[in-house]
Amino acid sequence: MQLESFLEQSADRHPENTALVCGDKRLTYAEFEQLANRLAYGLIQAGVQRGDRVGICLENSIEAAVSIFAVLKSGAVFMPINPTTKPDKLAYVLNNSRSSTLIATTRKLATLADAWQNLSHLETVVSVGAEFPDEMKGEMQFEDFDSLIEHNADKNAPPKKRAISVDLAALIYTSGSTGNPKGVMLTHLNMVSASTSITTYLQNQADDIILNVLPLSFDYGLYQLLMTCQFGGTLILEKSFTYPHAVLQKIVEHKATGFPLVPTISAILLQMDLSKYDFSNLRYVTNTGAALPTEHITTIREVLPHVSVFSMYGLTECKRVSYLPLDQIDIRTDSVGIAMPNTEVYIVDGNDNRLPYGEIGELVVRGANVMKGYWEAPELTNEKLKPGPLPCENVLYTGDLFRQDDEGYLYFVGRRDDIIKSRGEKVSPKEVENTLYSHPLIAEAAVVGQDDDVLGQAIRAILVVIPDAELSEREVLAYCRKNLEDYMVPKFIEFQDSLPKSANGKIDKKQLTGATA
Amino acid sequence: MQSITQSVQDFVNDNFLFGQGIESLGESTSFLDEGIIDSTGVLELVMFLEDSFLISVEDEELVPDNLDSIDRLVSFVERKLVELGE
Repeated sequence: MQLESFLEQSADRHPENTALVCGDKRLTYAEFEQLANRLAYGLIQAGVQRGDRVGICLENSIEAAVSIFAVLKSGAVFMPINPTTKPDKLAYVLNNSRSSTLIATTRKLATLADAWQNLSHLETVVSVGAEFPDEMKGEMQFEDFDSLIEHNADKNAPPKKRAISVDLAALIYTSGSTGNPKGVMLTHLNMVSASTSITTYLQNQADDIILNVLPLSFDYGLYQLLMTCQFGGTLILEKSFTYPHAVLQKIVEHKATGFPLVPTISAILLQMDLSKYDFSNLRYVTNTGAALPTEHITTIREVLPHVSVFSMYGLTECKRVSYLPLDQIDIRTDSVGIAMPNTEVYIVDGNDNRLPYGEIGELVVRGANVMKGYWEAPELTNEKLKPGPLPCENVLYTGDLFRQDDEGYLYFVGRRDDIIKSRGEKVSPKEVENTLYSHPLIAEAAVVGQDDDVLGQAIRAILVVIPDAELSEREVLAYCRKNLEDYMVPKFIEFQDSLPKSANGKIDKKQLTGATA
Repeated sequence: MQSITQSVQDFVNDNFLFGQGIESLGESTSFLDEGIIDSTGVLELVMFLEDSFLISVEDEELVPDNLDSIDRLVSFVERKLVELGE
């Protein structure tokens, strides 16, 4: 089964049901399917081949949702990219993946116009919004999003299937400890399996209405769209959680039944008076991305006793690993539960031996949801994917340390690498440090995570400036804003005369995190 | 006393633009569209309004209409001050 079948089957089953609401725009399943089909023909006419990587760099919008399914229907691989990604990194991702096509707003594309010649593999650009100025087009082939759809207004059925279920459906770039993002390769089978498992334990039905504020470029947000199309429900797509009251009103107005959270959102929710809102239709909230502090869970349980809280754990490399069954939330509040349906987990020591309950080791995941590897990075892949119980089978080494209690419930203990989880998203300290080092006045930089009630972990940068130079916190932050995605910009900047070093001269981050913890 | 506009501009410049200069931002430019504010930024903004102008901002007032540009912020503060009878 191919991933786009989610939309096709729901359009077939209940064409008149509302699939998507975005601001004042609303699409039924029939309309959504039709737009995706027409854009798919447009992409094929523009030269998109089976297996091509197609970047989608858009805010949460109808266009983003239609693009995802259109790319799948064209037999290509969609690559969701955070719209706050800066030109240098966008170029890195497009080049690394050898993407043939990019779909983005005219405004975003304008920031790339100086760099067309550096994008050696990109052939076609699809612009969303105002017409792209001719003088900035260079040698690039330009297509207009709306025109591609309009030119295929006579097409009412999907294009002939070109991809099979073991082909790649998505390439999702995620922060790596080396500093460069790496592309997680996910097949149709991987994603259909993950979505099926998750919608099974969430017990989703066609009458579910999900309100999503998480970016579609983040797999947790992306799956809200995919899963909703699978069970035939309605997705209320919001651009962000910037204005909490406005979002909560939408939950009330649309009678939303599901609301996915990350710890940052729940921290803000708990500062508000939730009794003012009629959440009587809300059936569940979910959390993943980083562990929800137990106080958040207990408070949500007190304030919204009728709402189920799903505490979950996962990583892009397999989408989701575990969930805490509802009957355990008040008993094992700090556990992330058990393996989700149709998957298996176990804990191993440094020599790959399975450990008994109670002992701490690395969590290993087995299931059809496990990725195919990192795009063109065999060494990185070999660190994560190792032989499983069956011949030629790979299992996923999560890099996260866990223990199981005497009934097998999982507890997160810590990470094996130094990746920071801020606002539920992974941040590579190395990537932030590389940006800081590129500032002419910064001699040394160390980036560490610091526990933070709202962000989960806040990003803290400790800097040494070059002799006799003057640099303010403001200047550093402005520089970071210019060169990093929003969620990677440090929250705290500190200046020191020198950084602590280990015997072999490396910056000793343990001392830095211990010093002010 | 500093004008409302001036202190709002100073706050936005210091906290969201990191001193890059308020001139780069029009008085009616949406903070959301410019990508210079997020939900934690909104909370900081509200704390600033409450502390500086001694007003109290209700949850239902946390909407783009009140807060999403320099112009909107200034007229929101003016309305709140009138309500307080000042």
